[in-house]
Amino acid sequence: MSKVAYYPGCSGQGTSLEYDRSTRAVCAAVGLELVDVPDWSCCGSSPAHTVNHVLSAALSARNLDLAHSLGLDVVATPCPSCLTNLRNAALEMEDEAFRDTVNALLDRPCAGRVDPQSVLQVLVEQVGVDEVARRVTRPLTGLRVACYYGCIMNRPPERMRFDDHENPMAMDRLMEAAGAEVAPFPLKVECCGASFGVPRGDIVARLSGKLLDAARGLGVDAVVTACPLCQMNLDLRQSQINAALREHFRIPVFYYTQLLGLALDVPRSELGLDRLCVDPRLALGKIKAPAPVR
Amino acid sequence: MRIGVFICHCGSNIAGTVDVAAVARAAAKFPDVAYATDTMYACSEPGQEGIVQAVQELQLDGVVVASCTPRMHEPTFRRTVERAGINRYFFEMANIREHVSWIGKNTERNTAKAIELVRMAVEKLRRNRPLIPKRFDVVKRVLIIGGGVAGIQAALDCADGGQEVVLVEREQSIGGKMAKLDKTFPTIDCSSCVLGPKMVDVGQHPKITLHTLAEIESVSGYVGNFQVTIRKKARFVDWSKCTGCGLCMEKCPSRKAPDPFNEGLCTAPSINIPFPQAIPKKAAINPDTCIMKQKGKCGLCAKICPVKCIDFDQQDELVTVDVGAIVVATGYDLFDWHKYPQYGQGRYPDVITSLQYERLLSASGPTGGHIKRPSDGKEPKTVVFIQCVGSRDRSVDRPYCSGFCCMYTAKQAILTKDHIPDSQSYVFYMDIRSPGKGYDEFTRRAMEEYGAQYVRGRVSMIYPKGDQLVVRGADTLAGTQVEVAADLVVLAVGAEAARGAVALGEKLRVVPDQYGFFVESHPKLKPVETNTAGVFLAGACQGPKDIPASVGQGSAAAAKVLALLSKDQLESDPQVSRVTPARCVGCGKCVQTCPFGAIKLVEDRFGNPKAEVVETVCQGCGICTVTCPQGAIQLEHFTDNQILAEVNALCPPRIRVNYAS
Ligand code: SF4
Ligand code: SF4
Repeated sequence: MSKVAYYPGCSGQGTSLEYDRSTRAVCAAVGLELVDVPDWSCCGSSPAHTVNHVLSAALSARNLDLAHSLGLDVVATPCPSCLTNLRNAALEMEDEAFRDTVNALLDRPCAGRVDPQSVLQVLVEQVGVDEVARRVTRPLTGLRVACYYGCIMNRPPERMRFDDHENPMAMDRLMEAAGAEVAPFPLKVECCGASFGVPRGDIVARLSGKLLDAARGLGVDAVVTACPLCQMNLDLRQSQINAALREHFRIPVFYYTQLLGLALDVPRSELGLDRLCVDPRLALGKIKAPAPVR
Repeated sequence: MRIGVFICHCGSNIAGTVDVAAVARAAAKFPDVAYATDTMYACSEPGQEGIVQAVQELQLDGVVVASCTPRMHEPTFRRTVERAGINRYFFEMANIREHVSWIGKNTERNTAKAIELVRMAVEKLRRNRPLIPKRFDVVKRVLIIGGGVAGIQAALDCADGGQEVVLVEREQSIGGKMAKLDKTFPTIDCSSCVLGPKMVDVGQHPKITLHTLAEIESVSGYVGNFQVTIRKKARFVDWSKCTGCGLCMEKCPSRKAPDPFNEGLCTAPSINIPFPQAIPKKAAINPDTCIMKQKGKCGLCAKICPVKCIDFDQQDELVTVDVGAIVVATGYDLFDWHKYPQYGQGRYPDVITSLQYERLLSASGPTGGHIKRPSDGKEPKTVVFIQCVGSRDRSVDRPYCSGFCCMYTAKQAILTKDHIPDSQSYVFYMDIRSPGKGYDEFTRRAMEEYGAQYVRGRVSMIYPKGDQLVVRGADTLAGTQVEVAADLVVLAVGAEAARGAVALGEKLRVVPDQYGFFVESHPKLKPVETNTAGVFLAGACQGPKDIPASVGQGSAAAAKVLALLSKDQLESDPQVSRVTPARCVGCGKCVQTCPFGAIKLVEDRFGNPKAEVVETVCQGCGICTVTCPQGAIQLEHFTDNQILAEVNALCPPRIRVNYAS
C-alpha cells in the first residue's frame, strides 16, 4: 500500500469539508494511506504571496518541514491553491540564499526535501487509473460529465510538472475509470474568476458563466472539479451568476472525489453530497443503477 | 630574402584602435624585412598598386599584409603579388582587424598585439616555398538536388546554358511546394499555370535527366569531379512502359491512406499519380498501404493495366553519376503546429494549415476549389487566420521570421472573399512584413478592398462552441481581449528546414545552421555558394524564401555553375599534404584518419608499404600530419617548421634554434 503525507488545507476544514472527507474516503478505498501532517498551519492561500514572498514561503516551509518529519517524500494536498504555495516554496527554497532568509523566520529550519503533489497526481501516478478502475463496483454508467481543472492545477507547467497544461487528462481518465461518460471540455483550464468572488462579483459571473455555458453546450449532466474555489464559484454562486446573466443554469458541480466515491461504493455519508448547492439528484438519477460488479 | 610589410588602416576599422605607423616601424626591424609601410586601404586599387610597385622597385620576394580576415582578401592579395611577378604563396596575411582592432579598445595593447601577429607572419613567410597548382579536367554535368521551383529554375538555366543536368527529387513528381499552391501573391496568377509549363520543359529537355522518388545515397570527389550515387526507390511500376492513363488508380481498392499531395485533406489510392500535372506522369505504388505488398493478395492494378507495367518485385536501384557541380535546392518543410496545445493539437478538424487551405482553394484540390470545412463540408462564413504559428516564437524554438506568411495570409484572405462574397476574414498578426515589390500594396488591398479585419496580437486559445470555434486573442492595439466565433481557422504555419537536410548536408559537407538551413559562404557577397567548392545553394534550403526569391536564387546558382563548367580545366589547390617516402613506415594511421579518404597505401619498388596522397581529393585539413608518428606527412604551406617558427616568434625559445635549415 502506498503511503503519503497529507496536507488538507484550510478550505477542507470549512467551505469544502466534503472535498476533504471524500478525498480521505476515496484514498482509503483505493488503498492509499494518507498520514496527516501533524500541527499543520495555513499556507497563506492567495493573499500571502501577493504581499511577501519570503513570508509566504515560510508558511509553506513550516508545513514542508513537518511533512518531512514523517519520513515520507511526497506530501499530497487536495487543494490546487495549497499545492501552488507548497510547490513554489519547495522550488524556491532550492536557492540557498532564499532558503536562509526563509529559515530565519522559522523556529526550526526547514530540513530535507518533500515533493508536494496534488492528490489527483498521486491517485493517477502512484495508485494508477487501472487500479482505480479495478476497484470500481458501482460504475457511473449513464452519467455525462465535463472535467474542469481550473487555471492553476497544472500551471505554470515548469512548476507544477504534472499532466498537460493546456489539455490535462488526469481527471478525465479517472472519471472514465469510474464509468462516467466524459465530454471533451474545451475550457477545462480557463479561470473561473478565482478569488475575485468578494471584490468583483461581476467578473466571476462573466468568467464562471462562460464555463457553465460551455458545459451546458456539451449536454453534460454535471461538472467535475478538483478545486475548492472553482467548486464554490460554479456551485455556490450559480444562482448569483444566473441572476447577473439572466440565465437558468442548473448544473451540479461535484468534486471528482465525490463521484469516484460513489463508483467505489463509499458510504454516501462520507461524500457530503448534501452540501452541494445545486441539487445533484437529477444528475445522479441518470446513473443506470447497475448491479454491483462484485 | 627581401620582405615587404604593408599595414592597412582599413579606414578607422583598424587605425582607430591600432597605431599602424608604429606597427610598420616595428616591422621594419624584423629579419629579412626590406620595406615596411602603412597604407589606407590595402585592398583598394591604389593600395594594390602600391604593393606591386614596391615589389618591383625594391625587388621584394615576399609580401606580408596586415589587415582583415584572409577569408575576405587572401585571394585578392595573392593575385596582387602574382601580378607583381612573384609566386602567390610568397604572401602572408596577418589579421589585425577581427583579431585585434574589432575586439579590443586599448590602443597600446592592440598595437603590441598587432606587432606580434606581423612578426609571426614574417617568420612564417621566411620559410615559405613556391607552390604551383596542378590542373585537372572538369566533368561537364551538374547535379541538382530538389525539384521545387528553385531546382527547376536552376535545372532549366543550366540545361539552356548547354550543360547536362541530372535532377533528383525525392517525391514522385517535381513541382515542390509551389505545385500545391492555388494562386500566388502579389499578382494572383495561377500557380500551376506558371509552374506547369516549366515542369513540362524539365520533363522534355534533352539535356535534363530526371530521377524522381530518388534520394542521394553518397557523394565523393571534389569540385569538377564529384561522384554521386543516387538511390532510385522501388515504385513497383515499370516507368518505361507506364503511360499515365490512370486506370489503375480508379480500380485500386485500398484508398484509406491520407493523400500527401492534398495535405491529408482527402485519401489517395495505393497506386497513385499525385496530381494531374505531375512530371513525370507515372503511377507508383505506396508499399505501406498496398494490399498486395502488405497481405500478398489483390493485384487488381496489375490485371487492369493495359500495358502490363506493374512489377510488385521491383527493388531499389542505385545509379552513379559523375558531375562537376552540385546545386542543393531541397526547400523547406512546414512547422508542425501540433506543438501548440492552445490551438487544439489536431483535436478540432476545422483548424487547418495554410497549405491545407491552399488545397481547398485550388480547383484541382479535393473540393474542386470550393471552400468547405473538413468537419461537415459547410461553407465557412467567418474565417480566422492566425499568423506566426511557428515563426518568431522562441517558446517553440523558432525565433526567426518565415518571411512569406504575411503575404500568403493576405492572399488567402483576398481569395476567401472572392470565393465566398458574404464571408468575413480576420487576421491575427504580429507585424506585417511585406517588403517585396508590390507586396505592401497587396496587404493593404486585403484590408481595404477586401475588408479583412486585421487584429494585432497572438491568439491564446481556440475552443469549439457549438459547431463554431471560438478564437480568443489579444488586440494589442486596442488593449483588449477579443473573441471571434469562427467557422474555420487557418494557421499560417512557418517554415523550417526540410526533413533530412542535416543528413544530406553531411554527405555534401555543407554546414547547416542551428535550425537546419544551409549556411552560405558569405551572407552578402556569396549568397549561393557554400564553403565546399562546387556546391551551390538555391531557394529555401538556405532560409525561408518566397517564389520570386527562390527563382532568382535558382538562376543565380545556375550562373555560378555555368561559369564553373565553362572552364575545361580547374586548378587544384597546392596546399595539400605530401609524404616523405624515406620517413614513412607504412603504418597506415593517416589512411584511417583522413576524413576525405585522400590517402592510400602503395608499395615502393622494394615492396614496402608507403602512404600516398591523392592531391585532388586532399582538402588540406592537416589531420594526417598530426597523426603521423614519423612526421612523414607535411602539409604544404603549413609545414611543422613554418608553424613552429610562428610559435617561436610569439614566445621565443631560450635557446635559439634555427628552423630555417
Ligand atoms: S501503371 Fe498502367 S494503368 Fe497505371 S497509369 Fe501506368 S500505364 Fe496506366
Ligand atoms: S590533409 Fe591529410 S587528412 Fe586532410 S584531406 Fe589531406 S590527406 Fe586527408
